Amino acid sequence: MKNTPSVEQHLEIYRRMLLVRHLEESLGALHKEGRTRGPIHRCDGQEAVGVAATAVLEAGDKVATTHRGHAVYIGKGMAVHPVVAEIFGRATGACGGRAGHMLVADAEKGVIGGNAIVGAGIPAATGMALSMQILGTGNVAMCVFGDGAAQTGICHEAMNMAGLWKLPVVFVLEHNQFGLTVPSEVQSPVEDLSIRAAGYAMPAEIVDGNDAVAVYRAVSTMVERARRGEGPGMVECKTYRIEGFSTSDMGGYQKPEDIAAWKARDPLLVSRKVLLGDVGEAKLAGIEAAAKAEVDEAFAAALSDPMPEFSLDEACNPYSEAH
Amino acid sequence: MAMMRYAEALNAALREEMQADPSVFLFGEDIGRYGGVFKVTKGLMEEFGETRVRDTPISEQALTAMAVTAAMTGTRPVLEIMYADFVPLTLDALVNQASIYNYIWNGQVKMPFVLRTQGGGGAGAGAQHSKSLDSMLAHIPGIKVVAPSTPADAKGMLKAAIRDDQPVVFLEHKLLYNTRGEVPEGDVTVPLGKAATLREGSDISIFATSKMVVEALKAADLLAADGVSAEIVDLRSLRPLDVNAIVASIAKTHHAVVVNEGWRFCGYAAELSATIMDHAFDELDAPVTRVTLPDMPIPYSEPLETAMLPSAEKIRTAALKTLK
Repeated sequence: MKNTPSVEQHLEIYRRMLLVRHLEESLGALHKEGRTRGPIHRCDGQEAVGVAATAVLEAGDKVATTHRGHAVYIGKGMAVHPVVAEIFGRATGACGGRAGHMLVADAEKGVIGGNAIVGAGIPAATGMALSMQILGTGNVAMCVFGDGAAQTGICHEAMNMAGLWKLPVVFVLEHNQFGLTVPSEVQSPVEDLSIRAAGYAMPAEIVDGNDAVAVYRAVSTMVERARRGEGPGMVECKTYRIEGFSTSDMGGYQKPEDIAAWKARDPLLVSRKVLLGDVGEAKLAGIEAAAKAEVDEAFAAALSDPMPEFSLDEACNPYSEAH
Repeated sequence: MAMMRYAEALNAALREEMQADPSVFLFGEDIGRYGGVFKVTKGLMEEFGETRVRDTPISEQALTAMAVTAAMTGTRPVLEIMYADFVPLTLDALVNQASIYNYIWNGQVKMPFVLRTQGGGGAGAGAQHSKSLDSMLAHIPGIKVVAPSTPADAKGMLKAAIRDDQPVVFLEHKLLYNTRGEVPEGDVTVPLGKAATLREGSDISIFATSKMVVEALKAADLLAADGVSAEIVDLRSLRPLDVNAIVASIAKTHHAVVVNEGWRFCGYAAELSATIMDHAFDELDAPVTRVTLPDMPIPYSEPLETAMLPSAEKIRTAALKTLK
């Protein structure tokens, strides 16, 4: 099929999904020990969306994501250590410990960035695309956003302008079924939110968000169009949030049978099954062990890294010249 | 020097900056084909084309958020928000986005955008088109807020704002657009964060911005007839604030009136009063007096609106009371 990732590309997507899964699980374990700070929003079970969608992008392309952005951070090429160090508030973190896990950015990698105001990533990516169009860079902006964000007013405003001006932006809707605790059917009268794309004159495709290959194919098509100057597109990835809203979530509102059904279709299992046929068990086992080791090393290093020291930062203080 | 209207001075600044830097672009409601509701962008779409001068849908929320990230990725957007009353629609982009990233992302990004808007009463525009929300904007660390009162400063400060790597909110006033003044020709910028003493005086200092500077200058004439020598300081920049200029003036006059067209409670005049307390308390011979809008919506009917707006006469009364 058109735009199917090569085996090598799929292996790299699988490896990055593994990194994210280990990252999430390690955070969960440390949270239980009381060693994390603030809420942490895990994306277990949704890794295929953030990783496979960003795998399509080139180095100069930009991505804006949500408060649940670990898969996008790693997918767009950030190393594990600066992400983990940021989550633990270390001076060595991607943002020197100032941002925390919801707002991670790495401008050089094009991750700008996590955003914890639901819906704010949508105009963020649209504004980047506006800049790219004006400068004629040939790059593409991507927004990974959720079904909760799709209900905001700013989503409509931004998508309308993206369609109107044929901006080079791709909207990747990570439909994980919940906005905090409220299920999607209690937030919207329509099940498939991407039908709204028609109102912005943009094409849309619905894919199985737990199938990295399907996500990659659909996103590739939209990215290619956008890069050719034909305007924005939307990919609605149906997935499920396995681990609750955040570490503060008391649970009780997700149906156990739903969780079990989606766990059986874990994106890691879906990719592994395909890759097993492609490269065999030994190769996969090697990749899995290496990914686990990489994450373990990143955690060990980050947890012993120095904490930042507070100062009124002159370099970042817009008023420093005035006093 | 050329005699120009305030709106023409802004137009000249935009034209010159767009000519000098292809990364500068303009967007906003009615700014292109029509040239802006206040004609500040007149002729610019014809000169620079529809890619760099964009008429937009009525979408202040997203437009402002888009200005933030466009600025992060290589352009210098100048966004026009038609009325300051619409600024509340832009606040997430300012409070939660533009103002945080430079610091939170550890200096990884620059944020060179200008949000131009105009506020103020006196035009019969009613409660949703007459406000001055200066203090709401100046409250946000990480955003510069400027409000020039003369055509020369309008041009020089807009040029400086466009070249600034931080977000700048540029406050204009609907009753200043047609005021005329001498404007230096050529590429002259006026630095942000520096006040200007427009009239020297020895008895009392009057600090103001935007159209309130015009009222303060009229008040100085009235006070001269009362035998009072008033010094008029146009702050020009609300944030960063030129604290040194304030202190220097009070060290001379030992009395201060602060004027702001916004609301009183938690208003910009309150911040000025506290700043004077922090930096010049020992120089004061009397408490600082505030002249502001009363804390209520702005009514439509002329006598109602006129009665509530700060004016030269109210500034004069405040000055005389302070000196008593």
